[in-house]
Amino acid sequence: MKGWITFWNILLKDMRAYYLKPPNISWGLIFPFAWTGMFFIKSGGGLENILNLLPGVVAVSILFGTTSMLAVTITFEKKNRSFERLLLSPIPLELLMLAKTSGAVLFGIANAFVPVVIAAFLTDLSGVAWGAFIPAVVLIAIVSAFLGLFIAVAVSEVFEAQTFSNFFRFPMIFLCGLFFPIAKLPVFLVPLSYAMPLTYGADILHGAVNARNTMSFTQDFLILMVFCIGLFVVSLRNIKRRWIL
Amino acid sequence: MRIIINDSAISVSGLSKKFGDVTAVDSVSFMVRRGEFFGFLGPNGAGKTTTINMLTGLARPDSGTIRIGGVDCSANPKAAQRLIGVVPDESNLYPELNGFDNLCFCAALYGMGKGERRARARELLDLFGLSEVAERKFDGYSKGMKRKLTIAAGIIHSPEILFLDEPTTGIDVAAARQIRQMLATLHSRGTTVFLTTHYIEEAERLCGRIAFIVEGRIVRVDEMKNLVQLEMKKHKMMLSLSNARQDLSELLSSEFPNLDFELLPGNLIRVESAEPVKIGPLVRFLEDHGVEVSEARKAAPSLEDIFVRITGIEADAMHKEKEKRGDGG
Repeated sequence: MKGWITFWNILLKDMRAYYLKPPNISWGLIFPFAWTGMFFIKSGGGLENILNLLPGVVAVSILFGTTSMLAVTITFEKKNRSFERLLLSPIPLELLMLAKTSGAVLFGIANAFVPVVIAAFLTDLSGVAWGAFIPAVVLIAIVSAFLGLFIAVAVSEVFEAQTFSNFFRFPMIFLCGLFFPIAKLPVFLVPLSYAMPLTYGADILHGAVNARNTMSFTQDFLILMVFCIGLFVVSLRNIKRRWIL
Repeated sequence: MRIIINDSAISVSGLSKKFGDVTAVDSVSFMVRRGEFFGFLGPNGAGKTTTINMLTGLARPDSGTIRIGGVDCSANPKAAQRLIGVVPDESNLYPELNGFDNLCFCAALYGMGKGERRARARELLDLFGLSEVAERKFDGYSKGMKRKLTIAAGIIHSPEILFLDEPTTGIDVAAARQIRQMLATLHSRGTTVFLTTHYIEEAERLCGRIAFIVEGRIVRVDEMKNLVQLEMKKHKMMLSLSNARQDLSELLSSEFPNLDFELLPGNLIRVESAEPVKIGPLVRFLEDHGVEVSEARKAAPSLEDIFVRITGIEADAMHKEKEKRGDGG
């Protein structure tokens, strides 16, 4: 019970101190708008093209919102040493890091629904398989948050967190099948695509919106979960090794 | 070293820590009794912060054992953390939260319920004289206020054992004095206090027992009264002079070979001897050389003298550190 009081308060504090600040809210709104507009204009299609763009825009909104926010907030707290307060708290490290990542997960989920709301005004979303779409959004947010955590542990400066995040994020836009099908990528890049978690999340979203998934949902969900667990375990191990010297 | 577990709040045995080739802490052993105010003294880089980090679970020892309130820290670090409060050497609260919210958040980190943590936060803000700035963001606090709030955060969950790392460094004299008074009050209420400091006079005023650490090794652990007794065997006088010549020490040493002289800032001269100091010939000699003695008094033994004697480190080095980090008087 006491652990959950701590968990809840870390989450609330992060939401108030970081995620619900006006600059982040505006980022969460403007970023998906910009992506939607950019790809809509680029595609040159009509409103029916919105459904083709939606999975990619949703995935990229989650990815960008979540990874950078978590990596930056943790690095900032490490830098001003307030993160030590969390490490000194008597709750298990696993629960502590789940609390720190939960804010980013919720922020990512909220970001995902900005393009969905926009799309709802422009096109008919009645054909979307929400039963797959919503869990996929949640899992993409979780895996992106854990990727942010992994980045935060690897760097010591806020600007390094941004740079290192981009090192992962920008290739993902092009390699994970968000806007360009993996099948059309050069052969040597395909294994790289399948080594990235977002490929599986984007595949579910394409399946849920346009019934254009290349793998089964079960396969995609299982692989995404393996990425989530793997990134979390590796990050925890790195925290113990690098931060509890 | 014999370590009594039952009576101990903290017991440390054979604690070592290396960073690369540098040995930061080398086979350190000591025990802190329950309810004790224990000082941990040493110059910068002596291993004080590394030791405190290992005791609080922020660093992993290479070897040795730590027990906090009887709990083995290697086996159960989180249970040990429940018993302790930590005030780090930097005021590391959340700059974007106000004073009240910072304290409530720190209370929540120890699982305290909403009503309890709000009441405790108000109580501490009142105790530390910060109620009027409770709604101000931590970022907008003065250094002294930040330090006070950081100490309040360290005791928000009423820990049995409080670790304080340089609590008065970098703050003004009045705030430092206030903090010392609060620490003395906390201790009188039964809290075990582990204080690391390089302010010798602070340790002298507050601590019942002191450990001296130099280059990662404990060179002495003893009660304040025993440490002072060592110096009591010496006879010391302090003379205030109207004017002091640079060569005065040499002149005096050649005339009084059995006495040791040290010229201090502010036209003061310290006289030290194994025998009682005969003041008459000394004053006459000075006056014959055109130096007027305005006051002569017996000097009390200071921890600074003891520190210099035990560690071989000149107190000047400590003063320079103090100046570098800001005056905390």
